[in-house]
Amino acid sequence: MQYIPNILFAILLIVGVGYFVQNVRKLTRNIKLGKDVDRTDNKSERWKNMAMIALGQSKMVRRPIAGFLHIIVYLGFVIINIEVLEIVIDGLTGQHRIFTKVLPDSVYGFLIGSFEVLAVLVLVAVIVFWIRRNIVKLKRFLSAEMKGWPKSDGNIILYFEIVLMTLFLVMNASDLHFQHAGHGNVISQYIAPLFEGNADMAHIVERTTWWIHIAGILVFLNYLYYSKHLHILLAFPNTWYANLKPKGQFTNDSNVTKEVKLMMDPNADPFAAPAEGEDEGEPEKFGASDVMDLNWVQLMNSYTCTECGRCTSECPANLTGKKLSPRKIMMDTRDRLEEVGKNIDANKGKFVDDGKSLLNDYITTEELWACTSCNACVEACPVNIDPLSIIIEMRRYLVMEQSAAPMELNNMMSNIENNGAPWPYNQMDRLNWANED
Amino acid sequence: MNVPTMEQLMAEGKQPEILFWVGSAGSYDDRAKKITKAFVKILNKANVDFAVLGPEESCTGDVAKRAGNEFLFQMQAMMNIEVLNAYEVKRIVTCDPHSFNCLKNEYPSLGGNYEVIHHTQFIKELMDSGRLQSVGNTYKGKRITFHDPCYLGRANEVYDAPRDVLGLLNANLVEMKRHKATALCCGAGGAQMFKEPEKGDKDINVLRTEDALKTNPEIIATGCPYCNTMMTDGIKAKEKEDSIIVQDIAELIATAQDS
Ligand code: HEM
Ligand code: SF4
Ligand code: SF4
Repeated sequence: MQYIPNILFAILLIVGVGYFVQNVRKLTRNIKLGKDVDRTDNKSERWKNMAMIALGQSKMVRRPIAGFLHIIVYLGFVIINIEVLEIVIDGLTGQHRIFTKVLPDSVYGFLIGSFEVLAVLVLVAVIVFWIRRNIVKLKRFLSAEMKGWPKSDGNIILYFEIVLMTLFLVMNASDLHFQHAGHGNVISQYIAPLFEGNADMAHIVERTTWWIHIAGILVFLNYLYYSKHLHILLAFPNTWYANLKPKGQFTNDSNVTKEVKLMMDPNADPFAAPAEGEDEGEPEKFGASDVMDLNWVQLMNSYTCTECGRCTSECPANLTGKKLSPRKIMMDTRDRLEEVGKNIDANKGKFVDDGKSLLNDYITTEELWACTSCNACVEACPVNIDPLSIIIEMRRYLVMEQSAAPMELNNMMSNIENNGAPWPYNQMDRLNWANED
Repeated sequence: MNVPTMEQLMAEGKQPEILFWVGSAGSYDDRAKKITKAFVKILNKANVDFAVLGPEESCTGDVAKRAGNEFLFQMQAMMNIEVLNAYEVKRIVTCDPHSFNCLKNEYPSLGGNYEVIHHTQFIKELMDSGRLQSVGNTYKGKRITFHDPCYLGRANEVYDAPRDVLGLLNANLVEMKRHKATALCCGAGGAQMFKEPEKGDKDINVLRTEDALKTNPEIIATGCPYCNTMMTDGIKAKEKEDSIIVQDIAELIATAQDS
């Protein structure tokens, strides 16, 4: 009988972690629906970027208030979770605070004491975050794409953190043994008097908070997949695999290069059969109309997005009332990718055409054509997401597959084709300026 | 104006120090041509041995690429690369950050490998090597604010060269709140120059002009022909064209040299 709690605990742990592993599998499968792109060059710079931007939060602190609060939450959360290690060992072995037996009192006290202080700081930071979202109503949390689930999600995360931190402190406060030992109860000693003199109640509270705390962490772990909070894991690979080239450099589509070379080569026979071994399959589609046409880094970007809106708040199109919002581009990409993923789940591992696409059903052409390609969104993103590359891929599809550019742009492009300039001037007149005064 | 072409130099068996890529705006647009000429003046004064392609130059294809027409871009690029490589061009300078970005970053993988610099970088070079003719005090003490072109700044992280060159003028440089990496676009990039904006509540160039006006400038300095047009229009929209000048850095330097 005495092993029942341990067995229950093990089951809880296996279910929680097992479900999480399944979610991670789904996540990686969905990301791998994207096209291949090689981002493994220059490893040392990649490690450096990850260390600076994700671990070191260097782009977060460009907004000092949000950045500072976030560092508290981030560090606090990571460090306090060392405590989870003890909880897991205790839970599996039926011990109580096993680290007190291994570590000297002073060390254990120092650790738990730091956790308690951090827990309070995290509580404060999270409450300020909540106030910014719900009372101060910062503009970047209020745009059209932030209605409904994204808004609730933003708050749910904060409630989660509040509950987890409170549970941690109450758990320590109601642990009479820990209180009497007096090592590290820097904060909880002020809550402890509530339980003083009622050992039974204290014990019940201690056990209850202990169980809810660990269960809460497992629920939280599994909540990640359904939330912008996935960023706490993906921020790391996302910054590692981010583009290292100058931001102005757009990719040169290699399929186009092949065709253009063929067209420009006077010796090429346009009717020639493809050489032996060359695949004759369907011609490649130019640009992107759906998530499978994007590359896997772009898809990972969409799952990493924290919906913070720093991109949108710097976007010239958005600032002047246009529909375009780079944050929405990322959220739409993720939502469509999720839809495709569910479709695959429902159809035994194969995607069955659902008559929908990222273009039009999620992102409209009006949004795509409003972009000035200014890179402000890319520069602003604290986790190095690149919304612009998605916009350009989708423009490529519109222009090269559908000839659906706005009329003025079509005029501009036929001028280039005919005269080598975006305006209808004769190429022979290119040097006329030198003879005008 | 003395503007040799590559063809002429080739006939004389000469190779210039640098090719000046004029670009479509710089060749045809009335406002941008003034920038082109100002830059040539600077080059001539500094005795720079340069040449242009003239009628052999064609659109870089940059704007087609931003619009999504990768085909047209790559055709233009390959045509230009053929010409540039035939003349064995090594170094290119241009007043247009869009051409600069495109030639520098997007031509190499198609076979065009050149050292490409923006005209503000080149003027800085002339300045550092002492080749730049002295600059008068025309703009001494004037309030000048510089608008960073997206394709020079964020796109290629060139922030200092234009400011260093402006420093020659002994003017009073004032920064807008959004500058360098956080500068706001003028609204012309991404092929917007060639189309009406989407529905919104304001034009981007007007918003950017408001940024500039907050610094209370006498002069708005630009480093891109498209930005120049956008800011000029913005100043007109704000009915400030009588009190505020919008000029390219090359124009400011050339004028100051004349005094
Ligand atoms: C265990 C680690 C982390 C935790 C617990 C955590 C927690 C949070 C929380 C609670 C929020 C919501 C704040 C709000 O309501 O506005 C948030 C937002 C955010 N987090 Fe994290 N985070 C973690 C790791 C990271 C990392 C590594 C990065 C990479 C730079 C990052 C970047 C962001 C960004 C950009 C936001 C958007 C909020 C803003 O702009 O102010 N986070 N995070
Ligand atoms: S690149 Fe496009 S989407 Fe990004 S900030 Fe500029 S205009 Fe907005
Ligand atoms: S793309 Fe980056 S900046 Fe934009 S909302 Fe997502 S995380 Fe924030």
